[in-house]
Amino acid sequence: MNDQDQRPVYMDHAATTFMKPEVIAAMAPYFSQHFGNPSSLYRFARESRMGVDEARREVGAAVGASPEEIFFTAGGSEADNWAIKGVALANRKRGDHIVTSSIEHHAVLHTCEWLEKQGFSVTYLPVDEFGLLDPGDVRDAITDRTILVSVMAANNEIGTIQPVAELGRVAHDHGVLFHTDAVQAVGAVPIDVDRMGIDLLSLSGHKFYGPKGTGALYIRRGTRIENLIHGGGQERGRRAGTENVPGIVGLGRAIELATADIEAHNRRIAAMRDRLVRGILSAIPDARLNGHPTERLANNANFSFRYVEGESILLLLDAHGICASTGSACSSASLEPSHVLLAIGLPHEEAHGSLRLTLGDANTEEDVDYVLEVLPEVIGRLRQISPLTPAHARMPEAD
Amino acid sequence: MYTEKVIAEFTNPQNVGEIADADGVGEVGSPACGDIMRIYLKIEGDRIADVRFRTFGCGAAIASSSMATRMILGMSLAEAWAVSNADVVEALGGLPPAKVHCSVLARDAIRAAINDCRTRRGLEPWEVRSSGCSRGAGCDSHPENG
Ligand SMILES: Cc1ncc(COP(=O)(O)O)c(C=O)c1O
Ligand SMILES: [Zn+2]
Repeated sequence: MNDQDQRPVYMDHAATTFMKPEVIAAMAPYFSQHFGNPSSLYRFARESRMGVDEARREVGAAVGASPEEIFFTAGGSEADNWAIKGVALANRKRGDHIVTSSIEHHAVLHTCEWLEKQGFSVTYLPVDEFGLLDPGDVRDAITDRTILVSVMAANNEIGTIQPVAELGRVAHDHGVLFHTDAVQAVGAVPIDVDRMGIDLLSLSGHKFYGPKGTGALYIRRGTRIENLIHGGGQERGRRAGTENVPGIVGLGRAIELATADIEAHNRRIAAMRDRLVRGILSAIPDARLNGHPTERLANNANFSFRYVEGESILLLLDAHGICASTGSACSSASLEPSHVLLAIGLPHEEAHGSLRLTLGDANTEEDVDYVLEVLPEVIGRLRQISPLTPAHARMPEAD
Repeated sequence: MYTEKVIAEFTNPQNVGEIADADGVGEVGSPACGDIMRIYLKIEGDRIADVRFRTFGCGAAIASSSMATRMILGMSLAEAWAVSNADVVEALGGLPPAKVHCSVLARDAIRAAINDCRTRRGLEPWEVRSSGCSRGAGCDSHPENG
């Protein structure tokens, strides 16, 4: 544990990513040179308007939608709020029931809970031990009052990828709208809104090397949805507020780069991730990989280490320059462990001992080596301190 | 979010371990709550001659275990009983409000160990007003959880 060993290794790309130089370069002219308001009439504002239009084409192309179906927002949370509240309020005469999963991001769950207070009813479907939702359960949950099915394309904690196309089919078979939170999926899972039967899709720029505070909601043409942000006539009267032009331009460039060759990107990242997983599971006794063995994001590894607590793992990793995250209660404001880890059936103590490592474009094999060197030592030290550690799980690395 | 003192105490904790022939052992918390602390006391005369701990928990729990054991070493049982949670937090240079409950454990474990000493000597245990996460109770007992 000496400071000379430190080298910064960022493995928390599910939390946020750095911005690619190409993205920053694309944005730069829109801060000072092309600063005009896209709504202004004079010619000077044309560049801003064209920048936004170009980004709209790029986002549309990335998900198989036409540009007119893309609406820019201030991030993934706003897109989720808009999709769910907007559909609920616009379809109130038809019904008042929403079907979602128990492992959604809080941007979806808390929105649904808020709608419950407004008189809607929501079914939160369970998932299996790998985090997969059964489309049959969705079918069974749909009633003649159901107006929306909202299920995330990929989970942010354990990386499980849902059978989105099947879920879309089930919803459409029953004439119900289908929303998916694809915030973690864009750039990692190929998306085609038509083929997958998606009516609404949320995405967020800062998860794929774009700017924070930028996002978009795809709304299939003809979908009944209320506005969320009221005011000026921007975004064809659907989302008020002067456009974040540099952010939107960055989002467009970032999604273009992120979806250019998903397969090659995933192959490279998954190879590193798999070596990391194998190395950790073989070096550390009483460790388990959370999530699905195959249906998971290429960059996601989520472990539970028994007898130790996640926040203390993060702090010791941080002392070695490694950035990661945990689903432990002790790192959350609510003092409850991750709802996702509880939903896949982990007992509280194993949810407390969870560690999420999410790789990204700048990670190298050396980063993997470094984590494989440091992590067993960290777990060993904490197990030395823990009163729960049985003899077989004490580790030779610990002094 | 933690002070330098907390980080230093956490990364280099003192008094980790067990005492085979302890005169008192106290354990509080539960794995479900995310924090468990077990404390061992060795008494000579009326003084704490040695103290060791094992903790399962977050950075604040481990740091306050270490700090609390350092504070009570050499104290009489009555003095150690009087060490409050606020004393431990102050010695650590403060804790984030959400983390204070993790440090209560240290005081509770010390008191449990002291009462174990007293009981073994055939004395009445002192009265405990438990707060924080007591054994057997679920995490609902966290006041912040409402
Ligand atoms: C699955 C999922 N949905 C929604 C969000 C919220 O996105 P944003 O941070 O852009 O509001 C996140 C990001 O944490 C996420 O991972
Ligand atoms: Zn804690």
